[in-house]
Amino acid sequence: MEWEVVIGLEVHAQLNTASKIFCGCSTAFGAAPNTQTCPVCLALPGALPVLNAAAVDKAIALGLAVNAQINKRSVFARKNYFYPDLPKGYQISQYELPIVGKGTLTIALPDGREKLVGITRAHLEEDAGKSLHEAFSGQTGIDLNRAGTPLLEIVSEPDMRSPAEAVAYLKKLHALVRYLDVCDGNMQEGSFRCDANVSLRRPGAPFGTRAEVKNLNSFRFLEKAIEYEMERQQDILESGGKIVQETRLFDANKGETRSMRSKEEANDYRYFPDPDLLPLVFDEARIGAVRAALPELPDAKRDRFMQQYGLPAYDAGVLTASRAVADYYETVAVGVDAKMAANWVMGDLLGALNKAGLEMEGCPVAAEKLRILLQRIGDQTISGKIAKDIFELIFAEGGEVDAIIDSRGLRQITDSGAIAGLIDEIIAANPQQVADYRGGKDKLLAFFVGQVMKASKGKANPDQVNASLREKLKAGSQ
Amino acid sequence: MDLSEASLRELRDALRSRRVSARELARFYLDRVAAHNPALNAFITITEAEALAAATAADGRLAAGEEGALLGIPMAHKDIFCTEGVRTTCASRMLEQFIAPYNATVVERLRAAGMVMLGKLNMDEFAMGSSNETSHFGAVRNPWDLQRVPGGSSGGSAAAVAARLVPAATGTDTGGSIRQPAALCGVTGIKPTYGRVSRYGMIAFASSLDQGGPLAKTAEDCALLLEAMAGHDPRDATSHPEAAGTFAATLDAPLKGLRVGVPEEFFGAGLDPEVAAAVEAGIRILAAQGAVIKPIHLSNNAHAVSTYYVLAPAEASSNLARFDGVRYTYRAAGVEDLTDLYQRSRYEGFGAEVRRRILIGTYVLSAGYYDAYYLKAQQVRSLIREDFRQAFAEVDVIVGPTTPTAAFALGDKAQDPVAMYLADIYTIAVNLAGIPAMSIPCGFTAGGLPIGMQLMGNYFTDGLLLNVAHRFQQETDWHRQRPALASAKG
Ligand SMILES: [Zn+2]
Repeated sequence: MEWEVVIGLEVHAQLNTASKIFCGCSTAFGAAPNTQTCPVCLALPGALPVLNAAAVDKAIALGLAVNAQINKRSVFARKNYFYPDLPKGYQISQYELPIVGKGTLTIALPDGREKLVGITRAHLEEDAGKSLHEAFSGQTGIDLNRAGTPLLEIVSEPDMRSPAEAVAYLKKLHALVRYLDVCDGNMQEGSFRCDANVSLRRPGAPFGTRAEVKNLNSFRFLEKAIEYEMERQQDILESGGKIVQETRLFDANKGETRSMRSKEEANDYRYFPDPDLLPLVFDEARIGAVRAALPELPDAKRDRFMQQYGLPAYDAGVLTASRAVADYYETVAVGVDAKMAANWVMGDLLGALNKAGLEMEGCPVAAEKLRILLQRIGDQTISGKIAKDIFELIFAEGGEVDAIIDSRGLRQITDSGAIAGLIDEIIAANPQQVADYRGGKDKLLAFFVGQVMKASKGKANPDQVNASLREKLKAGSQ
Repeated sequence: MDLSEASLRELRDALRSRRVSARELARFYLDRVAAHNPALNAFITITEAEALAAATAADGRLAAGEEGALLGIPMAHKDIFCTEGVRTTCASRMLEQFIAPYNATVVERLRAAGMVMLGKLNMDEFAMGSSNETSHFGAVRNPWDLQRVPGGSSGGSAAAVAARLVPAATGTDTGGSIRQPAALCGVTGIKPTYGRVSRYGMIAFASSLDQGGPLAKTAEDCALLLEAMAGHDPRDATSHPEAAGTFAATLDAPLKGLRVGVPEEFFGAGLDPEVAAAVEAGIRILAAQGAVIKPIHLSNNAHAVSTYYVLAPAEASSNLARFDGVRYTYRAAGVEDLTDLYQRSRYEGFGAEVRRRILIGTYVLSAGYYDAYYLKAQQVRSLIREDFRQAFAEVDVIVGPTTPTAAFALGDKAQDPVAMYLADIYTIAVNLAGIPAMSIPCGFTAGGLPIGMQLMGNYFTDGLLLNVAHRFQQETDWHRQRPALASAKG
């Protein structure tokens, strides 16, 4: 009998506010240790937190985007535990009354089906600092620059049933936070990371005991960690063992998870409402203002791409998976065949980015440049093949499309006299093949096309070459 | 002019008319501190050089024609307020070496007003205590009887004002910590409405209860001080948007028709008959001025102490977690690992009473106990608030004793925490409700110890309380009595 995996995700998205959630310090990444701190985020005696309104608006935006209930009254609570990079000895979070309640997210599965994943809640909290173990032999350094960075923790229902579904959910949420401009989505720097709750059960049976895998900061790690957990738990269950409820860490080098602490060792966080912060209360007007400022969201954009550009669902889905790609496509597609633009963005461009290990944000070819390139195909200045050469060139080295066409003499030969001259030379040079063709070996046409294109250094218009060749070879046989 | 008896207005006039300079005034009070502090132990830190420099600066401002009610007047802060460049200990070994890099809002406001800080005042460790015996820097002595406690936690503040070591001091009040020592030392002190005075830079004991306020000789002085201290502070989310107020202008308003409630629950068992008699006499003085006296009930007051000793330790257990031996606090020597660092630094850095309250607070917030203790206490807190709401529908102020007895002997209750906690039986409900209250001198015991009368008002009626207190002080001279200090130099 098969096992069914049950997965729920807790995603921590760092909100990209300019300042921290409870003080005015900058949230910029990469500054020298402890330079972005003040009495509040250093937890000096007597310092008090004051809520950053921008973080609240970003939480509301995410809530609206997942069709969630926005709680007009929510409460900050203290999560108490000792750790050197937690300067107050407690983290300000939300516990019983979070700002975002139940919502949903639609994900596209690899087989093209769609699935609705429930969102349990999303709450605001502050990030901790960092412990630095390198460069301090026998000691630990503490960097509190990150302490107090706003986080939105988005908790899903245990609705996912495969690693692929979990990855699809995380990717969709990742796209969403970037669409909304609430989080930069940088997974390597930890701006967007997740914990996965994984358990196995027989289909239809109650949920099994789960293990929580912490701090997964890539889609691939999420997939690997779940796959590893599925195998590990299956081995235990099938050998008659019991799963221990525990927190586990994913070791990316070994591709396995290992135990961090069991439920028995877990902290009693002694949550209670933070008396330094009044309950967070706002009215419908504030929600309305955030709603009015929301950008077009992925699903709506995909539908529009299908309608406006006549693209198939698959293309529209790929192109709208990220706001940056969608914006890029829409810039390219102006005055260019929409399907051709889609093929180029999805194929050549995303392929080249992927190969170079780049994100759209770091794309070396501006959308306007690709648009000019495609326009030169459209107006027959260059052939599609030459266009691919030019694209590779400007992707690697930069440069202007028209300047390259001119300086390298890549303009397509469309002068029928010039093409006829080339054809005559080839026919004259290959009498045997001409005879064979005329004797019925039709396939030799490709040979002649190749020879002519070669002689033109790839610049002859292929359609014209084709038509003219047929004509001349036929003419000669009469 | 006797500078040590002068009111703040008189000092201001003397400064303005150049009968005395701010520097001379600072010198005068620093000399009194030097003469009497060794016996009283009211100061933890004396900042003579800084005080004289600040006084010189105030003289410059006076010479430039600046007029401020407090400009050039000496004072001292309870050592719970962070003072930039001057150590802020909270009377704890934990912060013995801590020098704050910033000023509390209260400190900043009084500095801006031109007051001259003479030093930092002794207190119960982290404001946890009612006798000032829990200080790491030793007990403060009551100026009226050196073998007795001054009350706490603002014991140094009350003792310093009573002994005329400063004309004014700041204090904080979480469960009576301004009013109880004011009563035991025979001075005037007000705990303002919660949200009136910024808590920024005031080291937190129980955040939902803590409130800073002034102690001085008279209600009029307190009114002037509170005007400078109060005001909305964007750095404190619990600071009220309309925290600022004028209190001095209404001090003389007549009391005719004032409805005064007297809670029966404040005059039951446990109240010393001498205290009861003095407070009852005080109430008759109000009646003689036209106030209408009404018996009322605060039926849940009996639960105030136990409610407080769940909620205050709960908040304290979390507030004091930042004192962990990692950054600016005391750190135990030769620690073996992180757990050892935490445990020993906190065990050695905190005194017994602080440790007791952290343990109580941790317990009542723990899984399985939260509902029975913390949540239940919050429910009782609502009932206590409701008691006051109903009472203030019928009366304008509530009057009763501040404390059940006058000052007790040093060591008397030090070994019995519950007996000590009951010293605050009349003051705690006020903090749970968040309303303003003050203590004013209303008599003496046969043994010559001061007795305090407590005035309680509805939210943001701090001005009315000061008005009632001021009118009372126009008719009485209890607040003019001063202890005879045995000092060769004084
Ligand atoms: Zn900060």
